[in-house]
Amino acid sequence: MTLPTITRRAALAGMAGSMALPAIHSASAQGAPIKVGVLHSLTGTMAISETALRDTVLMMVEKQNAAGGIMGRRLEAVVVDPASNWPLFAEKARELLAVHKVDVTFGCWTSVSRKSVLPVFEELNGLLFYPVQYEGEEESRNIFYTGAAPNQQAIPAVEYLMGADGGEAKRIVLLGTDYVYPRTTNRILRGFLNSKGITDADIMEEYTPFGHSDWQGIVTRVKAFAAQGKKTAIVSTINGDANVPFYRELGNQGIKAEDIPCVAFSVGEEELAGIDTKPLVGHLAAWNYFMSVDAPANREFISDWHTFIRNPRRVTNDPMEATLVGFKMWAQAVAQARSTGVDAVRTAMIGQKVAAPCGFTLEMLPNHHLTKPVMIGEIQENGQFNIVWRTPAPVPAENWSRYIPENANRRR
Amino acid sequence: MIARLLAVLLFCALAASARAQTSFEELVPRLGGGFGPAAEAAQALGTQGDPRALPILRALSEGRLLRNAEGRVILDGRDAATGEAIAAEGATRINLNNRLRVVLRGAIGRLALSSPNAAERRAAADAVFRTRSAENVPLLEDALSREAIPEIRALMELALGASRLLVDDVTVQRAGIIVLSGAGTAEARSLLLEARAAKPELAVDIDAGIATIDRRLAIRRGFETAFQGISLGSVLLLAALGLAITFGVMGVINMAHGEMVMIGAYTTFMVQEALRHTAWAAWSLPLSVPAAFLVTAAVGVVLERFLIRHLYGRPLETLLLTFGIGMMLQQGVRLIFGAQNREVLSPAWMQGTLMLPGGLPVTQNRLWIILFGLAVLALTMAAIRFTRFGLEMRAVVQNRRIAATMGIRTGWVDAMTFAFGSGLAGLAGVALSQIDNVSPNLGTGYIIDSFMVVVFGGVGSLVGTLVGALTLGIVNKLLEPYAGAVLAKVAVLVGIMLFIQRRPKGLFALKGRAAE
Repeated sequence: MTLPTITRRAALAGMAGSMALPAIHSASAQGAPIKVGVLHSLTGTMAISETALRDTVLMMVEKQNAAGGIMGRRLEAVVVDPASNWPLFAEKARELLAVHKVDVTFGCWTSVSRKSVLPVFEELNGLLFYPVQYEGEEESRNIFYTGAAPNQQAIPAVEYLMGADGGEAKRIVLLGTDYVYPRTTNRILRGFLNSKGITDADIMEEYTPFGHSDWQGIVTRVKAFAAQGKKTAIVSTINGDANVPFYRELGNQGIKAEDIPCVAFSVGEEELAGIDTKPLVGHLAAWNYFMSVDAPANREFISDWHTFIRNPRRVTNDPMEATLVGFKMWAQAVAQARSTGVDAVRTAMIGQKVAAPCGFTLEMLPNHHLTKPVMIGEIQENGQFNIVWRTPAPVPAENWSRYIPENANRRR
Repeated sequence: MIARLLAVLLFCALAASARAQTSFEELVPRLGGGFGPAAEAAQALGTQGDPRALPILRALSEGRLLRNAEGRVILDGRDAATGEAIAAEGATRINLNNRLRVVLRGAIGRLALSSPNAAERRAAADAVFRTRSAENVPLLEDALSREAIPEIRALMELALGASRLLVDDVTVQRAGIIVLSGAGTAEARSLLLEARAAKPELAVDIDAGIATIDRRLAIRRGFETAFQGISLGSVLLLAALGLAITFGVMGVINMAHGEMVMIGAYTTFMVQEALRHTAWAAWSLPLSVPAAFLVTAAVGVVLERFLIRHLYGRPLETLLLTFGIGMMLQQGVRLIFGAQNREVLSPAWMQGTLMLPGGLPVTQNRLWIILFGLAVLALTMAAIRFTRFGLEMRAVVQNRRIAATMGIRTGWVDAMTFAFGSGLAGLAGVALSQIDNVSPNLGTGYIIDSFMVVVFGGVGSLVGTLVGALTLGIVNKLLEPYAGAVLAKVAVLVGIMLFIQRRPKGLFALKGRAAE
């Protein structure tokens, strides 16, 4: 298996690391706890989203310990706070790997934080589970991506908008926050739309800074763009809390989902918790899991979560589910490999299956991504999603998009 | 098997030839049969015009319609099709999607056109306008013949015009084009463009109509840009007013100013929670105004008395100190309230859009914030100009030692001035809770803008703050359509840098001895 992103130096470093690591592990084995690193921002702008993921990992650790740990060894969580500061992510990752000598790390939310820790994990041969949907165009032997690739979220969502149930949209507005994930996703979407016969004249693309709060002008321009005699829809890659004033402005300017539906890729149950959702009913979100999924594994997940967090009103969301799936697969892989060594676990990870809360059995593919079902949910008044469409079976991830010409040949 | 095939064929034939022939009792259960069949059934019920369908379709659109395991559709404990009483146990809510909502809006609109209630007829006319079809023409003509209220007549005529565009008759279509051209709205323009694509022979008429509409829309766009600029300006004004006192008048570089705004917003949230289940709930936002002012003013007094006053005359240390205080306040709020955003509800009078005469739209929450910003500015100016406290404050700023010899307690005046500035920041927090997130980071987004406004307007000048805020707001909104939100902001910053190079004291520089 050749991995294209690995540079020769990183590969050498990885080999050196793998030679050094068994020594460390044999020294610390025999009943010593297995260390689980948690690399999520607990302060700063991303704290709103990432705090819940830290809690999910802690919940899984507690649950695993209650079931006797793995191979008779207890798990111990090591929590660090990279404080929404991208360079600090790399420092904290190094601390986890070099000082705390963690066996596995669960962490990161934004793509920029993942890009910042990637060289550290490759250099020290660590193991990172990344639980958030992202733009793709990446593959590392040290990272397992348990969120969606663009073909598991963005493209099916736009296909839905263009289909009969979504309103047969002919003009698409691409709104996003100005950073790597929205720009790459929108590039892929533009390629996809062009291939479906929607020309650039029928695509409006606009970016705003993080935390943008004055959406008046943009919503007015969207209205003008929609008044060209063709059904229009919005595809939103707006991230973080800028979504709240955006939806508020949509509501205030009277844009109803029947007229201009808006499908979002970064708005989940957690984000809706801070909004009055009445004006938003009918707007859409695309994910691979919703809290409203009716499945035994999901009922267990929600009840575990409520018990752990001691608050029956807290919601679950897609990245939390992805964290859970990653954790379960890792635990299975360790048990199967009879070792926490990174190389042994990496080999054992491929092909791991987990009956996930989304109601399907997900599988880890050789490209370090998952098979995932795609779901479209409509926002309801109670801040939950009503699932209006889903794929009949999980879709395998294509992390190298066919719509990005320079990387399309890396697809396998 | 053959029977099922026959049934399917029969259904297709029925659906294709004449929907109207399917009976009401057959159509209603289909509303619970999935999105596709439900949309077809709702369409058919709307076309048939049976008044019994109206409450059922309304219930469906409001999510009150249930379906039990046998596939019967239940409304308020009765079978919706037959009217017999039926237990709602085990029945589930029938879900909607957007396609179904669009169909429902049209069907309900058609059925409600003859409603005795004027508000319902108005909503119906609007709904029929949005879901136009050739079949609506006789219906609308009939409704128009009975309608007396001019406003609803106008809406119905518009809907009729839209539906006439779809009739396959050029004279009828021309009549429709004239009505839509007169409406002058973006929706009408969109419909005309649609018709133009379908019927090239009407292109000349339609192009003339679109030109008329475009003239109206250009005026409207100018108005909207101006309004949005003033609105952004009023937000900047509110955020900067407190700083114009603490920084502009006292000279304290207060980096914790944004956190005062944030505390004001959290006070609004707490007032709302405290009043949530009381008779005062509707008044929570107005009551938050004094509450936020007092809370943030109190925080201001504490900061000034215990920390900041020891560093007067040492701007660098003040900057570092207040920056640190800001971070501590942020994290403190995060510990108390959590990292999640808090939801501050908007009262009904702050939601939606107000139509000014001439079809000029104004979003209500923005309008209120503009008025609030101007009111706060006026009160601040009056307080400084006409009250004893204002007089003492100006005296201390102009000459501290002579003021002290006149018997003014300068330390107390300092504390009160800082409290006043902080209280103004708290008021900004009340306003921002309506348009931005109530989160621990709320203030950080406004601190740079506030300093920009104060420096640009002229340190120490409230009029300068007003003019500075409005100028920045309007310039930002003028640039946005061409440069995008990110570049517009960059361009404004560059503009200010150049301006400050030319005029270091800002727009309204203080002159004379007081400035020294």
